[in-house]
Amino acid sequence: MAKIRIPTPLRAFTGGAADIDVAGATVGAALSSLVEQHPELRDHLFEKDELRSFVNVFIGDEDIRFLQGLDTEIAAGESLRIIPSIAGGRG
Amino acid sequence: MSRIYLSESQNRRISAHLESAYPHEGAGFLLGHFVDGYIAATDVVIDDVIPSENSSAEDERHHRFVMTPQAWMRLEDEADRRGLRLVGCFHSHPDAPAIPSAFDREHALPNFLYMIVSVNAGRAGELRSWEISRDNQVEHICAVVSDDEWRKIMKWQTVN
Ligand SMILES: [Zn+2]
Repeated sequence: MAKIRIPTPLRAFTGGAADIDVAGATVGAALSSLVEQHPELRDHLFEKDELRSFVNVFIGDEDIRFLQGLDTEIAAGESLRIIPSIAGGRG
Repeated sequence: MSRIYLSESQNRRISAHLESAYPHEGAGFLLGHFVDGYIAATDVVIDDVIPSENSSAEDERHHRFVMTPQAWMRLEDEADRRGLRLVGCFHSHPDAPAIPSAFDREHALPNFLYMIVSVNAGRAGELRSWEISRDNQVEHICAVVSDDEWRKIMKWQTVN
């Protein structure tokens, strides 16, 4: 069992909960467990089966993109955090 | 449609940051809280505006802004610590209108306020507030109130 911290704007899709307990031995499995529990999150996190480009998952201070991505293994009790990179512009 | 309460000082701080970023885009975060709304269920009171660095590549900064995940983490933790909420962000459109671009829509977070300020020839102009998604955008009313008025509004009861 690990824990995922949900960014404030997406807590509308977890009934207001900030931290969700998830099952799984990898980041990918943990995220699947998360969207199984809260299906409305899926479209905000994934584009097909890939993480959307501005959705980041951190383990502590480390971005999983610089580890093994969705295959990154997680230990029991580990805390993950979903963090958006805010982007925009005039076009 | 919600109403966003922004104080004159906060508005000046946003303008000053975005004018100093010109001709690049500037950006920052908005910390706030919810109160009972007049038209929508809730209105938003801005507690603090926090300028942030534009981390996009130098040659992209004239039409793009990006804020790092580290900046988000810092601000979300700060909001928690202060009992506030990371309600949105602001950014400039240099020499372009304060309406969401296709790029803004493509990158939009739900339930998040996008304040956009048109900065024309280095001067901050129109400020408009939006909620954006890939295929929709809703404008909210941004009420810029005097600092005295804002202090009164700060005493209204917070709702979730
Ligand atoms: Zn924009």
